[in-house]
Amino acid sequence: MSKERSWKELAIGGVCSKSSVGFLTGDWKTYMPVRDLEKCTKCLTCVMFCPEGAIKWKPEKGDIWFDFGFCKGCGICANECPTKAITMKLPQQEEGKVE
Amino acid sequence: MIQKPKQETIALNGDEAVALAAKQCDVDVVAAYPITPQTIIVEKFSEYVANGEVQTEFVCTESEHSAMTACLAAAATGARTFTASASAGLALMHEMLFVTSGFRAPVVMAIANRALSAPLNIHGDQSDSMAERDSGWIQIYVENAQEAYDSIIQAFKIAEDTEVSLPVIVGLDGFTISHTLENVSVFGDDPIKQFVGERQLPMVFTHEGKTVPYKLDPENPMTMGPNASPNYYFEFKRQQEEGMRNALKKIQEVNSEYSKLSGRSYGDGLLDTYSLDDAEIAIVVVGSTAGTLKVIVDQLRQEGVKAGVLRIRTFRPFPVEQLRSALKNVKTVAVMDKAMSFGGFGGAVFNEVRNALYDAEAHPTIVNYIFGLGGRDAKPRELRKIYDDLLQVNKTGNVGEPVRYLGLME
Repeated sequence: MSKERSWKELAIGGVCSKSSVGFLTGDWKTYMPVRDLEKCTKCLTCVMFCPEGAIKWKPEKGDIWFDFGFCKGCGICANECPTKAITMKLPQQEEGKVE
Repeated sequence: MIQKPKQETIALNGDEAVALAAKQCDVDVVAAYPITPQTIIVEKFSEYVANGEVQTEFVCTESEHSAMTACLAAAATGARTFTASASAGLALMHEMLFVTSGFRAPVVMAIANRALSAPLNIHGDQSDSMAERDSGWIQIYVENAQEAYDSIIQAFKIAEDTEVSLPVIVGLDGFTISHTLENVSVFGDDPIKQFVGERQLPMVFTHEGKTVPYKLDPENPMTMGPNASPNYYFEFKRQQEEGMRNALKKIQEVNSEYSKLSGRSYGDGLLDTYSLDDAEIAIVVVGSTAGTLKVIVDQLRQEGVKAGVLRIRTFRPFPVEQLRSALKNVKTVAVMDKAMSFGGFGGAVFNEVRNALYDAEAHPTIVNYIFGLGGRDAKPRELRKIYDDLLQVNKTGNVGEPVRYLGLME
């Protein structure tokens, strides 16, 4: 976080002086989504349901991509996936296997 | 010298006077939910809307919580915003009152002061807005319908000042002011529109690295009032306190500016004193009761008793220095509270007054009278009895019970 500032320097009403793009919230998570590439049909249901916009469709790769800088590990993607291709796991369980 | 615009004296009750003032201030958005004794305000205002006399967006909400939320949102876009409520309605707004002041949204709200349940009571006392005294809203209490009209006009100018940028409650005693027909001098629409002017916006520095007017604008996006962690929340509260301090000055300025236009002023805008300069005994009061007290003081003065009245017009921000100065020569003071602070040492007004005078060089003896709850009439002879009590305290030096009840069936 930035250097702490006096109340005289801050904008009123709690207006943010910095963009949330630089404020990574991905380290809040306990569980992380892990995708089974054989089960995934790339239906993009998870892309639409992710409340953080942390699952993105990458047209140049023709595949989805998890942005772990912002994924809070809520598990909604795993819950909504129609083919059960996503499971929530502890990061240490998946060491070396994260995409 | 300003050319004084014409005024006309018409018969209005306090609620109608408030609605007319809001109309003349060219309000952009009104979001409201009806509740007695405020209902006439929004009824009257919706008539203006239906008749095409105003360009206001009138939002009928499903609750007062939603009404205040809509007002806050409208104000955040830069719109001039007004609403009215009372009693349970104001209580339901409680959460959003803090959000509105925290957003620094200059919403103006008329409160036709009314008792709170239980037992159910629709009549006048000040329990509703006194309970919201720490919600970050400026609070101005009026004495009559004329002042209600004048104060709504002033409230927009105070709230929207960029150094203040805080919401304002204008409190008028339920039924005593809200429903009583009085002669009220009013302006035409144009002079008021001109006096209040366009809404001014403070400048803020945004995440895009730009300094822009504080409003929701797709051209200059910003995030208002988001999560503030423990390392910042405190600072925003301190900023609100600064807004309150600035309001103390602004209220006086607007009172004096408005008096040049109208010929009417209410003390210095903060405190309205009557026969106080050489007074030995005085009553401190908030609201319409001051009117009756002034008549009694006239009688007492004829009898040679040095009695006075101090009406607190601005309760938030509380005018500490002005109060000390106004009461510095008074020997004995009664503070009247039209609300209870259960389990506390006297009512809210008593607490403020006594607290403000604690560090004064010479402070008077102070007693508290709780009165008028649930619309209980404060009769002239009862009010006169307070002055008699004060004379007795003066003579004997014996204070007795400091917190007393006026007009209670013992």
